[in-house]
Amino acid sequence: MTDLTRATAAELADLLGAGSVSSREVTRALLDRTAAVDGAVHSYLHVDEDGALAAADDVDRRRTAGESLHALAGVPIAVKDVMATRGLPTTCGSKILEGWVPPYDATLVTRLRAAGMPILGKTNMDEFAMGSSTEHSAYGPSHNPWDLERIPGGSGGGSSSVVASFQAPLAIGTDTGGSIRQPAAVTGTVGTKPTYGGVSRYGLVALASSLDQAGPCSRTVLDSALLHEVIAGHDPLDSTSVDAPVPPVVEAARRADVSGMRIGIVRELTGEGFQAGVQARFDEAVQHLVDAGAEVVEVSCPSFTYALAAYYLILPSEASSNLAKFDAMRYGLRVQPDGVDAPSAEQVMAATRDAGFGDEVKRRIILGTYALSSGYYDAYYGSAQKVRRLIANDFAAAFETADVLVSPTAPTTAFRLGDKLDDPMAMYLNDIATIPANLAGIPGLSLPSGLADEDGLPAGFQVLAPAMADDRLYSVGAALEARLTAAWGGPILDRAPELEVAR
Amino acid sequence: MTTTTGPEPTLSFDEALASFDPVMGLEVHVELGTNTKMFCGCPTAFGAEPNTQTCPVCLGLPGALPVVNAVAVESAIRIGLALNCSIAEWCRFARKNYFYPDMPKNFQTSQYDEPIAFDGYLDVELEDGSTYRVQIERAHMEEDTGKSLHVGGSTGRIHGATHSLVDYNRAGIPLIEIVTKPMTGAGERAPEVAKAYVATLRDLLKAMDVSDVKMEQGSMRCDVNLSLMRKDADVFGTRTETKNVNSLRSVERAVRYEIGRHAAVLSSGGSITQETRHWHEDTGITTSGRVKSDAEDYRYFPEPDLVPVAPSRESVEALRGTLPEPPAERRKRLQAAWGFADLEMRDVVNAGLVELVEETVAAGASPAAARKWWSGEVARRANGEGVDVPSYAARIGVTPAHVVELESLVTSGRLNDSMARQAWEGVLDGEGTPTAVADARGLELVQDTGALEAAVDTVIAANPDVADKIRDGKVQAVGALIGQVMREMKGHADAAAARQIILEKLGQA
Repeated sequence: MTDLTRATAAELADLLGAGSVSSREVTRALLDRTAAVDGAVHSYLHVDEDGALAAADDVDRRRTAGESLHALAGVPIAVKDVMATRGLPTTCGSKILEGWVPPYDATLVTRLRAAGMPILGKTNMDEFAMGSSTEHSAYGPSHNPWDLERIPGGSGGGSSSVVASFQAPLAIGTDTGGSIRQPAAVTGTVGTKPTYGGVSRYGLVALASSLDQAGPCSRTVLDSALLHEVIAGHDPLDSTSVDAPVPPVVEAARRADVSGMRIGIVRELTGEGFQAGVQARFDEAVQHLVDAGAEVVEVSCPSFTYALAAYYLILPSEASSNLAKFDAMRYGLRVQPDGVDAPSAEQVMAATRDAGFGDEVKRRIILGTYALSSGYYDAYYGSAQKVRRLIANDFAAAFETADVLVSPTAPTTAFRLGDKLDDPMAMYLNDIATIPANLAGIPGLSLPSGLADEDGLPAGFQVLAPAMADDRLYSVGAALEARLTAAWGGPILDRAPELEVAR
Repeated sequence: MTTTTGPEPTLSFDEALASFDPVMGLEVHVELGTNTKMFCGCPTAFGAEPNTQTCPVCLGLPGALPVVNAVAVESAIRIGLALNCSIAEWCRFARKNYFYPDMPKNFQTSQYDEPIAFDGYLDVELEDGSTYRVQIERAHMEEDTGKSLHVGGSTGRIHGATHSLVDYNRAGIPLIEIVTKPMTGAGERAPEVAKAYVATLRDLLKAMDVSDVKMEQGSMRCDVNLSLMRKDADVFGTRTETKNVNSLRSVERAVRYEIGRHAAVLSSGGSITQETRHWHEDTGITTSGRVKSDAEDYRYFPEPDLVPVAPSRESVEALRGTLPEPPAERRKRLQAAWGFADLEMRDVVNAGLVELVEETVAAGASPAAARKWWSGEVARRANGEGVDVPSYAARIGVTPAHVVELESLVTSGRLNDSMARQAWEGVLDGEGTPTAVADARGLELVQDTGALEAAVDTVIAANPDVADKIRDGKVQAVGALIGQVMREMKGHADAAAARQIILEKLGQA
């Protein structure tokens, strides 16, 4: 019998649909895998064995009863701990939400449940999605299955490592500045940040409202497309949700056709600052696309130089306001201040926030509070919004000459845990290529381009498309994946080291 | 935070006005009467059990997102139009950031520099019939906060309380905040202008059916900004903001009190502290609240969870078409139709009788009768209970139909005026309809001309001198005889008929 943990979501869907395997068997196999390897990888903050098996049994029963089911019914999934899940703890990787169990489901989670997808558990993340390594999780970092001493990316390192270590075929991530794509890049997996507004944010605990976007994580391009289709679409509970048909992402992934497509290489996102092995795999990938019938053009986006600076004003500004609700009054942690008799509400708020937030969160709250202050607003938040407009203009101009834009996803392969923890700027620079898409609200996908020569670790290839043209990401991604997989003689993760299995 | 409890020195109103001109700014918060909250689908009914009208959105649970209530936006636009404002073609919500336990998100979703309505005015009629034009700076949309109940202290305020309870039912109720430009030049009429403005605004909003505008329930709340400037000065003085002045009478009193207090401080060489003041309804004074310092910074920025509000010009014009006739214009129209003198109309308006008179006329009474019967005894009784006539009438079950019936009893000749007054008192005493009261009390003009003629004969015989004067043409002397005839008939006579018979008998008809 095939190893169910290594099967893709598409393969599992076929097996389940044909009745050759039950959802309980698949779910059980994945939970067993988690029991065996997650002690080392630490993808999960919470595993919901009972809930997942109950959901699997329900789907199996309905299938036996002859009900018409969603194509992914019975395929288990892991969900980033930033999505509200009714009855399941949701901590956002923070002590301040320790033990909080939401009374409601995020819209995205409602859709997963409606599709009959058992939720295996909640994945680790940098606290409130602030970070590129999961080292800022209050519950300890996740580890990269390619090298347990290295980061699995962040903030969605739990979701990237959970699919990379075969604990789940699919996971939900969220991407504010690259938190789906950069973890995918450094773990040899696939991840998509859809168009802003393409997937409902209702129930996504906000980091930066104007940048946050939930999306799929998987091991293949087609799997991401299948999941993308489940979670996308208009939601009346999210004002910023786009009221338009979901782009035909699955069809695009299946056709994998790039003939005649104009591929734009962004001059500002290649070359200097990018690790040689990462750049080499990128160049080869572009050649594969040319071989598949695409045309290559070079484009320039001069305002990208200011993207990181603008991002680190807008994000902390919005975050400082979004995180104000964590005040110990209604839910989550409550800390009594030391040595104060009958403390006031303000004193309890201060003591709780001091104890409940980690350093990176405090750093960004302070930054954002400052940037929004009277007298500084125009210089900081106001200027950053102008840069944002310039970046959107750069993209608009680039998409005049190119159908999609491409770049390496991250400048480097996975760095070692602890390497950049004391150097926030170095950590921030890891998102240099992913941030512009969030600022402009356009979709982006990352897929593996191969292993860097110097360290044998995965490198990522990023595809960007105009807003609501998410299908183009999958055309390019699937075409490139087919050629690369053929060249490698199999999926890239087949070359990852076997994890030691705990007994 | 400083808190003073006792009253501060004040100057008399006249003394204050001799040296200073008051400058006022009123901020009125109005809870809209929408069925659901500003950003979620929770109900807005007043008086429900605490925390039963809440959901993830209005509790600010992590991950929840707001969605704008379209009806609230329409109400806001209609209010803006009724206040003669321009309506923004494109505007956004903003976050007003500050920490307070009754604010679930620790920011209030409001509007900052892009209000939905701006630059309008409202004409306010004063008691003497003159008009004061209040310039409106803006009307903007926002959400209400929850309601804190401070327990354990003597005052109900946070000072001295041992703990606090929070009810989030009110959190997220749609509010419109209407802000005036500085109101200058009102002089000694400033308290009256302030009260009249709030009253006019209340009537307008009520007529528009956008809010129940119940100040006592907090669905209309008023903050009074006040400063004084010396008569020879050309810059405004430092202002104070007196919060939660929640009745018309209190608006007038609070303005009057703050004028006196500011004047006392300034006259003694002191300076006014820019601060919020608490209004005490019972003692009629204000006390110091929070000191407003430059450090207070709400860090406003556009609300990223909401899309801009961009009403089309067509939709704005369509909403303009739904506005009711402005109360002031309506009053002018009714006054002309009813043929009331200015003073009569003003009395009707001030007594809050416009609707009642209108209904009574519609039911078939003459305007004069409607005005007469609703403003006499019934007004006295309503005043005695401290309520207005319409609510008093509603409570005791007296209706326009009663007035119509009473008037017809007079015009048909069954009752004279004095009998009608007796019948009306019986109606107000709950004895039944005017006819029933008249029946029960035996009120009826004597229609038998024989009895009347006999009475006239008796009176003429008893007053030969007066009779002679009338025979000689001094017809005005008839009044003395009529009075005696009425006494002879014990009031049950029609005075007009008595006059006619006397004149006939004395050859003057």
